Amino acid sequence: MAGTAVPGRLTWELAELVEVIVETPHVKTIVLDVPSWPGHRAGQHVDVRLTAADGYQAERSYSIASALDGTRVTLTVQRLEDGEVSPYLTDELRPGEKIELRGPIGGYFVWEPSDGGPLMLVAGGSGVVPLMAMIRTRAAAGDDTETRLLYSSRTPDDVIYRDELELLSGNGLTVVHALTDSQPPGWTSYARRVDAEMLAEVAPSPAERPRFYSCGPTPFVEAVAEAVVRLGHDSLAIKTERFGPTGR
Amino acid sequence: MPPEAAKPVVSRGWRGRRSTDVDPARIPPGQYVTRDFPVLSAGPTPHTSLELWDFSIIGELDSPRRWTWEEFRDLPSEEITRDIHCVNKWSKLDTVWQGVSVDTLLEGIETSGEYVTQYSDGGYTTNLPLEDITGGKAWVVFAYGGEPLEPEHGGPARMLVPRHYFWKSAKWVRGLRLYLSDEPGFWETNGYHNYGDPWQEQRYQGD
Repeated sequence: MAGTAVPGRLTWELAELVEVIVETPHVKTIVLDVPSWPGHRAGQHVDVRLTAADGYQAERSYSIASALDGTRVTLTVQRLEDGEVSPYLTDELRPGEKIELRGPIGGYFVWEPSDGGPLMLVAGGSGVVPLMAMIRTRAAAGDDTETRLLYSSRTPDDVIYRDELELLSGNGLTVVHALTDSQPPGWTSYARRVDAEMLAEVAPSPAERPRFYSCGPTPFVEAVAEAVVRLGHDSLAIKTERFGPTGR
Repeated sequence: MPPEAAKPVVSRGWRGRRSTDVDPARIPPGQYVTRDFPVLSAGPTPHTSLELWDFSIIGELDSPRRWTWEEFRDLPSEEITRDIHCVNKWSKLDTVWQGVSVDTLLEGIETSGEYVTQYSDGGYTTNLPLEDITGGKAWVVFAYGGEPLEPEHGGPARMLVPRHYFWKSAKWVRGLRLYLSDEPGFWETNGYHNYGDPWQEQRYQGD
């Protein structure tokens, strides 16, 4: 990493859109080239800033989806229908156009191969993004840390990174899907929300001291974290990242 | 690091969605107004029973202070209406809390400490100069919107320090530790700014 020992100010940098990848009907990945990128760790995020012609600006945070790869930084963005920033990123921005970005940000919800495992990743919807960065980092490093991803989506069409996860499985990576709302014919995996029983079946035992990372909507992460603690895991062994409001 | 881009790049065709019903002077730079109440926590939500709960002031003072839940709730409290600003970009206006002023808790305490760390169930800590939580600037709150504070939002009691980004308002707070020197807390040692003034947009280290 080309970062300096004494952290300087994170400045706004120009990022050029290279490519857009359609992941699901509501989710796209935007591949950016950031010539000044100082490097990042899996799990970190960036701030994105848009500026209107009259100077009005809006900022949002997005998780980094990619492993460290030179000046390439990919973000996976869920289009929020009433969103101020996400519809522009997913549908309006064209290759060659630039946005401003600042990062990487966050030093807690991060994982590097040297941190070891076993790694237990629990994703709800687009919460899979920072966890995918961990899986990609592990793969890029040729690391074989025992890693399990329990990934809850609504329907088969909502599964982000489906093919790549299948491709990366093996070498110590196990991917288990839960589909809560609808399942394809012949579905044999979980067909309900993540609960304590499911976590007990999928996660390593407390004796194996797994490192939990869970990211997703607030009620999802609340339920996962409660279940993990109830199963006897150390509450400091689970790192969480929540988005959206509390459940009603 | 290369110099900051001289002029922000204009995003072709993007207009943004400006709040028309909000005085822009109330919104710190880079923030947007939300009507939801998002939750940000680094770990599981702790659940401490009120029988086991207490609030302490420890560290740089002659003798530590401690209140049980009942003693704490017997202290004079007040209703506080403030705007709150999360480092994750959302601001929520006119939030209404009920709580005990830190000034009440510190009454009669002699300390040479100039810094304070809020500490919580679950191990969370956050630091500020003592002068930033005294003089009507901070409260230990136990109700939000007229209801007991939900565990997800820091119940049974959390700090409210509305002049700073909201990570400086510790959820599940159990006490204040007074220090002679500044001791960076949880997010302050994980890439975030040590002081966290939203009006200066002090989000991250170096801002």
